[in-house]
Amino acid sequence: MNRAPLKIQDELLRRIHAHGVETYPHECCGALLGRDGDASREVIDLLPLANRRDDLPRNRFEVTPDDVRLAEKTAREKKIELIGWYHSHPDAPARPSEFDRDHAWPWYSYIIVSIQKGESRDTTSWRLHDDRAAYDPEEIETVGSPASI
Amino acid sequence: MAVKVIIPTPLRAYAGKQESIEVAATTVSEALSALTSQFSELKKHLFSDDGRLRSFVNVYVNDEDIRYLQKEQTAVRDGDTVSIVPSIAGGARN
Repeated sequence: MNRAPLKIQDELLRRIHAHGVETYPHECCGALLGRDGDASREVIDLLPLANRRDDLPRNRFEVTPDDVRLAEKTAREKKIELIGWYHSHPDAPARPSEFDRDHAWPWYSYIIVSIQKGESRDTTSWRLHDDRAAYDPEEIETVGSPASI
Repeated sequence: MAVKVIIPTPLRAYAGKQESIEVAATTVSEALSALTSQFSELKKHLFSDDGRLRSFVNVYVNDEDIRYLQKEQTAVRDGDTVSIVPSIAGGARN
């Protein structure tokens, strides 16, 4: 499916990488707040969140419904939307796992950053098919100047 | 009895792009059935193949999580708001 790329400022992408490095070797996670339109989707802000999977934090992450509601509220206060999520894959590729797919929602953008030996590597973004069978890769377009809220 | 069901953003495309839907129901289970009867595409996102609510689908009646009430048998009254709230999970291992 042809979609407009996901736009994100360099600085926000760096913050996602920094979050993944900071929590390494555990997975980090957070919300992508921004604007979604017919022709474009842009990340305007991030809400870093705690990974609630205390039992397997090296290869699992979880955002509780209370944190989801917090992310929605934060977006509403900024007059933008909750458009997706980011998480890290420590010492694993930046590709969605079967577990990722099984737990994903359509419409949201899912950014994955690979953290290899404590350093950020590839970054990818994905959107789930309507029938939940697979993901489509979503092109990431980094932009330099801050977007206005 | 009319209750308002709040549709989370990722599922609005399967619910006529509406933020909320009014349905007649006396329990959460009836409200969700009414919703998925009206919008059949929602079903696979809310329920697994065995018909159970997916583990990462959370339902609130007003501000109360139904897991701490009577789950899907939680009663709803005229004017109540039923919110479908996703929890988000994933991770590197298959």
